[in-house]
Amino acid sequence: MEALIQDLKVKIIEQLNLQDLSPADIGDDQPLFVEGLGLDSIDALELIVMLQQHYGIKIASPEEGPKIFHSVRSIADYITAHQKVA
Amino acid sequence: MPYINSWCRIRNHRIAVNDQTVWTAEETDLAAFLSGAYRHFDIGYPKFYKMDRLSQLGFLAAELLLKDRFDKEKYPAEALGLVLANAHSSLDTDARYQQTLAGIPSPALFVYTLPNIVIGEICIRHQFKGEQAFFIFETFDIPFLNDYIDQVLESGAAQAVLGGWVDVLQEDYDVCLYLVEHQPQPGSIIHNQQNIRDIYGSLDTGS
Repeated sequence: MEALIQDLKVKIIEQLNLQDLSPADIGDDQPLFVEGLGLDSIDALELIVMLQQHYGIKIASPEEGPKIFHSVRSIADYITAHQKVA
Repeated sequence: MPYINSWCRIRNHRIAVNDQTVWTAEETDLAAFLSGAYRHFDIGYPKFYKMDRLSQLGFLAAELLLKDRFDKEKYPAEALGLVLANAHSSLDTDARYQQTLAGIPSPALFVYTLPNIVIGEICIRHQFKGEQAFFIFETFDIPFLNDYIDQVLESGAAQAVLGGWVDVLQEDYDVCLYLVEHQPQPGSIIHNQQNIRDIYGSLDTGS
C-alpha cells in the first residue's frame, strides 16, 4: 500500500502538472479538493483518466467520485480493492 | 486621446517591457522558456503550469503589465476590457489534443481548444470583467485593433483596455500586449497605429 501511495503521488503531480509540488508535499490523507490541494473539476476528470490509463480501472458510477478522490490514500484503497477483484 | 501606458513584447527567447529587456533565455525551447520566466518573475500562481502555451504567453505578458504597474483599483472591474488577436487561433493546442484522441482524450487539454481561453485566464487573475473580444487575422491587423480599442474606450464600454497580439504555433511565438487608458502616465505614448507598429517591431533585431 505504501508503495502504491508513493507511486500515486508521483503520477498525480505528473498528470495534473503540479510542478510546484513534490510527492513529500502531499499528505497521504490530505484532502485533494477544495481546502486541501485545491484541485478543480478538470483535475477530477484527469484523475479519472489517470486511473484508466495507468491502473486499468474505470469508475462505473460518477457518484463514487468524491469518496474515491478524497485523498491519495482513498484512491489507493480503491485501486487495491478493484485490482484484487480483477 | 487614449494612451499606451505600458507594453510588453515576447519573442525570440526574450521578454521586454516598455522596450527594456527583462528576461532572456537563449537555447531553450518554448516550454523551458515559459517555466523559466515563471520562476524568474516569482509569479506564484501554480495554475500557470496547467495552462496551454497560448494562455501562458498571454498570462505572462499580462502579469508583467498589470502586477505592480497598474492600479486597477482606479476602475470598476466592469470597466476593464481585453481585446486580443492572433493568427493561429488555438491550433497549437488543438493539434496536441488531437494526438490524445488515439488513446484517452485529455480533459485538461480540451478546455484550451479555444483561443479566447487566454482572455479568461487573464480575467480570473486580474479581475477584468468588462468588454472582451478575440479576433483571428492572418497577420497583426494594427489598424483594426487600434480603431476597435479606441471605439471601446470612446463608447464607454471600458475605461482601460489590455490589447494586442498573442500568437503561438509549435516553437514560433509572438506576443505584443499593451495597456491603453485615457490618462497618461510618465513614459506613456499615444495610442495610435504608428506607435503600435514601433512596439511590434521593437524585437525584430533579436536573435
